[in-house]
Amino acid sequence: MISSTTKVQSPLIQQLRHGLEPEQFKNAWLDIVEGWRRRELWATLGLHDVRQRYRRSTLGPFWITISMGVMVFALGLLYGQIFGQELHEYLPFLAAGFVIWGLLSEMILGGCSTFISAEGMIRQLNAPVSIYAYREVWSAVIAFAHNIWIFFAVAWWYDVGLSWNALWVLPAVLILLINGFWMSLFFGLLSARFRDVPLIIGSVVQVLFFMTPVIWRPEMLPDRALFLQLNPFYHMVEILRAPMLGQTPAFENWLAVLLIAVFGWAITLFFYSAYRWRIAYWV
Amino acid sequence: MASITLEQVSVSFPVYSSATRSIKNRLIQSATGGQIRSESGSDRISVVQALQDINLRLESGDRIGLVGHNGAGKTTLLRVLGGIYEPNEGRVSIKGSTVPLFDISLGMDPESTGYENIVLRGLYLGLSRSQMRARLEEIAEFTELGDFLNLPIRTYSAGMRMRLAFAVSTSVAPDILLIDEGIGAGDAAFLQKASERLKLFTEQVSIIVLSSHSEALISKMCTKAVLMEHGRVVGAGTTAEVLEQYRESRDGPLKAPEPEAEASREPETQPEQAGVTALGGASSEGTPEERADWADRTAHLLRERRWQDVDLDRLVNEVESLAHPHPRTQ
Repeated sequence: MISSTTKVQSPLIQQLRHGLEPEQFKNAWLDIVEGWRRRELWATLGLHDVRQRYRRSTLGPFWITISMGVMVFALGLLYGQIFGQELHEYLPFLAAGFVIWGLLSEMILGGCSTFISAEGMIRQLNAPVSIYAYREVWSAVIAFAHNIWIFFAVAWWYDVGLSWNALWVLPAVLILLINGFWMSLFFGLLSARFRDVPLIIGSVVQVLFFMTPVIWRPEMLPDRALFLQLNPFYHMVEILRAPMLGQTPAFENWLAVLLIAVFGWAITLFFYSAYRWRIAYWV
Repeated sequence: MASITLEQVSVSFPVYSSATRSIKNRLIQSATGGQIRSESGSDRISVVQALQDINLRLESGDRIGLVGHNGAGKTTLLRVLGGIYEPNEGRVSIKGSTVPLFDISLGMDPESTGYENIVLRGLYLGLSRSQMRARLEEIAEFTELGDFLNLPIRTYSAGMRMRLAFAVSTSVAPDILLIDEGIGAGDAAFLQKASERLKLFTEQVSIIVLSSHSEALISKMCTKAVLMEHGRVVGAGTTAEVLEQYRESRDGPLKAPEPEAEASREPETQPEQAGVTALGGASSEGTPEERADWADRTAHLLRERRWQDVDLDRLVNEVESLAHPHPRTQ
């Protein structure tokens, strides 16, 4: 039966009322916990996603490594000249930045298609929908694991010293993944309902790439500009890049990233409990 | 003990067009107080009431057949029973592990080998990798695919894929099994073997809900049936009773046409045609010219997304008569 509502009682408000029942919060939390329990499934799916992109090519996913390598060397030589940088310092900096940026952008851009690309499965499988967010994060991690070798190669070639600071890498990666997970849930949810969100996010991420010190150094700015401090990606890149280059990560960067995680998760949990049940209808 | 209880469940879908999915339009709408919406009718959000006020209680041992026309809400109901759609209103409580078997070859990875796909399908069904490895041999044997299982399944024929999917899907019995349409399973020799396995498999399941257009299948597998129409449950009881009711509801309008209702549906567009339809008796049995004309108009309406102007009942009948051409009894 099809009826057209003449005066639409805004469906968003209507749905929100249903979504804000306290039991929905519990369900959303259970969905995430249950999703973690199904890790064998999403780990396999994430792996297939990566393999799918490079299927039947001779080198397979190592094309990820190669294209990252080409990019780092070409841009490294070019911008090293433009900025008048010493290559032995600039190339490791650039390689680390690129690899981290790759992880972040993959999690956000992939996150936008979290639910859209899983349309068929969401409508047929009674699994917790959070598994699709885990899957996106996991395939970003797999790509990261391929890219990181470029950094290792550059670091070995230019003899980047190893220090105890390198231990900061682990918690940094962990907090980035925790942030990536809420982004994947949040942007995935938003994109499932509003289909131009992925396009908006796509162009924002592109602009942010140039606004974030990946190819340029923060020190190159005349004085620490406000827009740098307000850029969340600056802090996220910095907490991982500093230990990779053997430096101690700055307290302010870690504080910023922790705040992003707390606020991001608070907003995501709110939206996820309110609208998780609508995802199957939206896709 | 497995059970499913539905209390006053309603499900409605907003039909989103690209206009309503766009953030820009939503922002403009809120800024202009919804004026755009009232200016052009096509921008309204149409709402499809897929299920309305459903009350059902399924208990262990139930074998339920869902019957009804296309678009009556059978698939939506199955999705609610499987916990995929959470209803807008009403309460659903599901006890027991549930497996929806809607598309039997869902999520097969064409680049992976047969063995890998067996494990993958098992993961979909909620089993662990090690549980699947334990069953691998038995499943592989049942498929009779031999060395093909070491090849990527993109090299398989449709029948071979079906065998594989069938073998995995029936290897673990859940508490509640939801089936949409029949499960096909390859060639005749395999069918015999498959039906034995299906029988053994279904005996272990506490609750089965099967949605199908095949009355033979429903009467063979189900002890109870539920008849749906326009998103409502209009009949429930033993299979024989409900199938009888279904036949009546389907063929009834043929014996007793409703000229007034038919005419009032499209009064200004085709008055003479409506008269002809009424005389002809069945809405889907007008003259070939009338049918062609009606089809053109309906296609036009659908393209314009003017859902509310489409004669739904007739559309459903016409589509069904394409799939099951059967002689009408006057």
